[in-house]
Amino acid sequence: MKKIQSIIIVCLLFQIGLLAQQTPAIVQSDAVLIIGATAHLGNGKVIPNSAIGFENGKLILVADANTVRIDPSKYPTQIDGKGKHVYPGFIAPNTTLGLIEIEAVRATNDMREVGSFNPNLRAIIAYNTDSDITPTVRSNGVLMAQVVPQGGRVSGQSTVVQLDAWNWEDAAYSMDEGIHLNWPRSFNWWNNEANKDYADDVSEIKTNFKSAQAYAKNKKVTKTNLKMDAMKGLFDKSKTLYVHTGNVKSITEAILFFKDFGLNLVIVGGSDAWMITDLLKDNKVSVILGDTHSLPSRSDSDIDEPFKTAQRLTEAGVLYAFGMNGAWQQRNLAFQAGQAVGYGLDYEAAITALTLNTAKILGIDKTVGSLEEGKDATLFISEGDALDMRTCKLTQAFIGGREIDLDNKQKALYRKFKKKYDGK
Amino acid sequence: MRKIHLLLFVILFITQSSFAQITFPRNGVYDDRDGLYAFTNATIHKSFNETVENATLLIRDGKIESVGTSVNLPAEAIVIDLKGKHIYPSLIDIYSDYGLPERKRGERNRERGIQQMVTNKDGAYIWNQALRPEFRAHEVFNPNKKDAKEMLKMGFGAVLAHQKDGISRGTSTFVTLGDEPAHQVILKDKVSHHLSFSKGTSTQSYPGSLMGGIALLRQTYIDGEWYKKYGHKEEFNISLASWNEVQSLPQIFEVRDRLDILRVAKVGKEFGLKFIYKSTGDEYRRLDEIKGTGADLIVELNFPEAMDVEDPFDALRASLTELKHWELAPTNAARIEKAGIRFALTTNGLKKKSAFMGNLRKAIKNGLSEEAALKALTHTPAKITGVYDQVGSLEKGKLANFIVTSGKIFDKKTKIHQNWVRGKAHMFKELDKDELTGTYNLKSGKTNYKLNVKESDGKSSMVIFVNDSTEYKVKHTYNDGIISLSFPPSKEDKKVISLSGTSDGKNWSGRGTNPDGSWVDWSATYMGPVPEKKKEDKDDDKKDTADKTGDGKKTEKDKSSKNKKEDKIELGKVVYPFMAYGWSEKPKPETYLFKNATVWTNEKDGILEGADVLVQNGKIKSVGKNLPAAGATEIDATGKHITSGIIDEHSHIAISRGVNECTQSSTAEVRIGDVVNSEDINIYRQLSGGVTISQLLHGSCNPIGGQSALIKLRWGYAPEQMKFENTDGFIKFALGENVKKSRNSRNNRFPDSRMGVEQVYVDAFTRAREYETKKKLGGASFRKDLDMEALVEILNSQRFITCHSYVQSEINMLMHVADAFGFKVNTFTHILEGYKVADKMKQHGAGGSTFSDWWAYKYEVIDAIPYNAAIMTEQGVITALNSDDAEMARRLNQEAAKAVLYGDVNEEEAWKMVTLNPAKLLHIDDRVGSLKAGKDADLVLWSHHPLSVYAKAEITLIDGVKFFDRKTDLQLRQEVALERARLVQKMIAHKKGGGKTGPMRGGKKHHYHCDSDEDEMVD
Repeated sequence: MKKIQSIIIVCLLFQIGLLAQQTPAIVQSDAVLIIGATAHLGNGKVIPNSAIGFENGKLILVADANTVRIDPSKYPTQIDGKGKHVYPGFIAPNTTLGLIEIEAVRATNDMREVGSFNPNLRAIIAYNTDSDITPTVRSNGVLMAQVVPQGGRVSGQSTVVQLDAWNWEDAAYSMDEGIHLNWPRSFNWWNNEANKDYADDVSEIKTNFKSAQAYAKNKKVTKTNLKMDAMKGLFDKSKTLYVHTGNVKSITEAILFFKDFGLNLVIVGGSDAWMITDLLKDNKVSVILGDTHSLPSRSDSDIDEPFKTAQRLTEAGVLYAFGMNGAWQQRNLAFQAGQAVGYGLDYEAAITALTLNTAKILGIDKTVGSLEEGKDATLFISEGDALDMRTCKLTQAFIGGREIDLDNKQKALYRKFKKKYDGK
Repeated sequence: MRKIHLLLFVILFITQSSFAQITFPRNGVYDDRDGLYAFTNATIHKSFNETVENATLLIRDGKIESVGTSVNLPAEAIVIDLKGKHIYPSLIDIYSDYGLPERKRGERNRERGIQQMVTNKDGAYIWNQALRPEFRAHEVFNPNKKDAKEMLKMGFGAVLAHQKDGISRGTSTFVTLGDEPAHQVILKDKVSHHLSFSKGTSTQSYPGSLMGGIALLRQTYIDGEWYKKYGHKEEFNISLASWNEVQSLPQIFEVRDRLDILRVAKVGKEFGLKFIYKSTGDEYRRLDEIKGTGADLIVELNFPEAMDVEDPFDALRASLTELKHWELAPTNAARIEKAGIRFALTTNGLKKKSAFMGNLRKAIKNGLSEEAALKALTHTPAKITGVYDQVGSLEKGKLANFIVTSGKIFDKKTKIHQNWVRGKAHMFKELDKDELTGTYNLKSGKTNYKLNVKESDGKSSMVIFVNDSTEYKVKHTYNDGIISLSFPPSKEDKKVISLSGTSDGKNWSGRGTNPDGSWVDWSATYMGPVPEKKKEDKDDDKKDTADKTGDGKKTEKDKSSKNKKEDKIELGKVVYPFMAYGWSEKPKPETYLFKNATVWTNEKDGILEGADVLVQNGKIKSVGKNLPAAGATEIDATGKHITSGIIDEHSHIAISRGVNECTQSSTAEVRIGDVVNSEDINIYRQLSGGVTISQLLHGSCNPIGGQSALIKLRWGYAPEQMKFENTDGFIKFALGENVKKSRNSRNNRFPDSRMGVEQVYVDAFTRAREYETKKKLGGASFRKDLDMEALVEILNSQRFITCHSYVQSEINMLMHVADAFGFKVNTFTHILEGYKVADKMKQHGAGGSTFSDWWAYKYEVIDAIPYNAAIMTEQGVITALNSDDAEMARRLNQEAAKAVLYGDVNEEEAWKMVTLNPAKLLHIDDRVGSLKAGKDADLVLWSHHPLSVYAKAEITLIDGVKFFDRKTDLQLRQEVALERARLVQKMIAHKKGGGKTGPMRGGKKHHYHCDSDEDEMVD
């Protein structure tokens, strides 16, 4: 009887799996204790034999298991973490996750709008919590993401989401937190010729930001301008300006250009950022890196240039986070950090650039980004080193204390076809 | 002497009529003359290597009657004394479109996906619009006065003109320069057949890639033969008849770069053809191989502009290739001479033709001998085009085509006085013009002025010299001894003194009026030459338009080297390939002993701990413990791993100008092997990721794509030397969205659905079978078809398929088609739904080469799973992981690790997915893919466990040659940085010295993917 039951359960699970919809987890009911794991706190510290406890979605214990006294009765759920690793949930900044399902199918694409100056657009509105892609990304430890609109000069506003939700409202973690500007290119990458429209494009940006600044100062707006309204938050720093650009001159020009506006400025992409670390630091500009699993930016560049960028920024003391473009690709985010470790980056610094640094840049570090008491219990357990594809194997993951389903459509298809062959 | 000069003008004017078309009716009284001239006392350069001093040239009626020191002067000859002057055969440019109408390209259907399948030219012409062998330049040639004058001024007397339009451009015509009617300037029709890799005005889609262009050439050579033997009975084809007609002429091929020369030469070898190449001045980068073709060259003197690299960030945009080319381009001609290659020079490629002489002088300064330069402008072009009996030297019976110069032709100060073409003079610098220059004491009434007369650019300038900082202009005219001047009494004055008088050859005198109208007597006494000043140097440099930009300014270094000839020009090395990380000395195989490593044998022995690997003569000599060193270079590999080299089954690196020939549903005739690009930095980058072999595939644009090339990443070697020798041929097939052109809203090319895809195959193989039957029957009527030939090879299991595929239905389909026609699909590549049909693949015998974790980028990959490789492996399908991406290719070890992450494949098996398994799929596992005595020494030393994200390839060997070493790489970076810095400094100095700079050049980025489909055959 028990056997039959379990078969039925397996079948049911299988069925659910095939539907490719992982049900969002319910609110944490019991306190959880993970004991004995190597905890990478995200703030640069590591506890080899740790005790991590959380209750009601918040971390209540982050300590060395060798020295801390624990009352086991306080934790109805206890997880043996021996030989395993615990990490804060990785945060994927600058992604189109949930905005697009299939790149080549236009109907599934909600990341771009008509027009080039769209600060009023809100990515969160199009964010699809039921995307089949999201669970595959979670399976490798990415538990939060910044969903970013694409295209045009000003593409719109991003929102930070947690990746286990029924709808965009409960997904949103930090709503409309920033505006994204694509800095014009000063030369064409394909033929290296100067972009003739560059000066005009820059001057247009200036006009728009001056107008928005004036609008923000206006206490008695009689004619509401949605675009200007959307930009208001930039000037009181309730919103961050994300400037997407990689070339060293463009980064320099963007920083100088926005210097007087007094904004929270973040460079996104930043492949050349390592060349101008002083400028970045002096102006308190942080960087969200683009794909570092990429070819060097120039034919003469060091062959491993992108792999070294993170280490160079760390060394210089620039606040930066790992990032990469796209949606489904985000499941490889941590491996970029792993690559950087192979090229000299300190391991815990790499974790920081996937967690706490990202949280700082996105303005959510008070509640997430590291394993610290009082912060969200957004974390995962891996059997091995999560930065190395050879050893990364998640066993459990929690978002705000809720244990999420690590299954996904691809795993379900795997099981389905294993079954086909096993049955033969 | 002055009298003669005057006379000449008159005569010249009149002699014109003596050249009127004989067959034409005339209006007026006949005035035909002998055109008999004797040029005496000249230094005559009879040919590029024969000079006679104090000699006479006698010409009659446009031809040379005699030349030498013992010429009898007929009494009736008009004698021109050329004491101190030189006579040269006039120059010849055989790469020109002079006198030919420009053709404008018709409207092409700009909408993506809409294809023009055949020519839209009316008439019985060939199917491909870019082939115009029937074009005859002489039939539409018309002299162009303006262009002629430009060339005449530089000393050219004749050019070979053809219309630069199309892949076959028809024939050229050899013409002399001048503004007479075409009847009188065409020296020879149908001189040479011209070809190129540009479709020109053709609006047809095919060929859309370089390899398509090469395939088209091959097929046309075959079709030409067929037409001659039999085809003309089946169809009337003007183009093919013309094609055959032009084959006996010299074949001049315009190519875009040095590698094209090697490509065309390869095709030439197949058909027993020899070409003359016109490249773009970069021959020096592959000179040995070009020399090996035995071809003649037509060489451009198109030197790149310097770039503005003062801003260090801007300087980053200039690639080392372009920086070095700026420095070395002027040495190209000298290197070609030194290599002993026969070559002609051309003005082609220069934005301003007037820059030619300046650039030539630059080439001479960079080592080109003056004799070779003259030969390349007279003898060789005449020889190549078969008109040496008429031009190219000064000999009896040849055309009276010569130039009169003030000195040796390539000297900077030398002026061309006259350019005689067929006995007609074109006057540029008066022979006695120099007499005016000098310093004069001008006395007007009671006032004395110091007058300086200088000459530059053929114009004399005259100033009143007050003191070193003050002088002012004198307006003047001078004509055959009559001189007039007007100038204000002082610089500030607005009113002028006007003088008129005569010159006795040295001193001048006459009368004139003062500003107040009063008459005055005046005289000017010659005091001597104008003293040299610094400023003059500058003027001088200005004249020397040293390149197409008029870059005449010299750096300080240049100036000093001008003064002291012994100063050597400092030049960088030519490296192979010509870019960052290229080597200057060819790396050679060595004997290596790797000690104490973890060795992944991929053999029965599995993974050996603490083992050695001995490499000798390019092969693995032995694998085992405690191997004797025996003179080998020992490498301590303690704590490190050694594996066989990674083999990328699906790559699009190292391909020139187009990875897809998109234009037909079957393009089995195109070959990636024709367009291997040895000069792609990604070759080096992949070596740094442990890759040793890449299969270069055609894209996935059409169901039957092109033939693949298998290369070893022998960085720096020429394309042919990179190819993996004696391997089976492969071909790319493709299914699904790409071949349906699903991304185009409009598509008119069959197929547009998976239903159509099947029919393409069934149709193609049905025709191929019939073709084979016909071929076996043979006979004159049989027409060889390269598309069919490749398909027949597939049917006979002599060529093997790598098929781009995604969904199970289409995978099944192709296996059914193959079964029906009795062959096997060798490899399904991408094969993201392979896990759904792994059992069937196993049964059929197909392998799979897949991505580790790609998905969600298009509809057909919606069911892709990263467990694909695991399932296929489990089902016994030979499974490889590939890149299809220049970046990921250098991390294929990590992709293999993902088979462990997704699906728990055992590590040794996972590793085989990027080594032994692709070797099996490519039928090369008997030579590479594992570490076993006797196999090729293609191996990698890893810093860590090779499946780890932390692993770095430290050394990559191919055939025992160290093509990558991370330590050497660090050195190379230093060298790249130093060489860049040196060149940047040189460019900055050039700019500071007043030199011009142009736009940044860093080379285009060409990272091809499966579905790249730009038209690469248009300019």
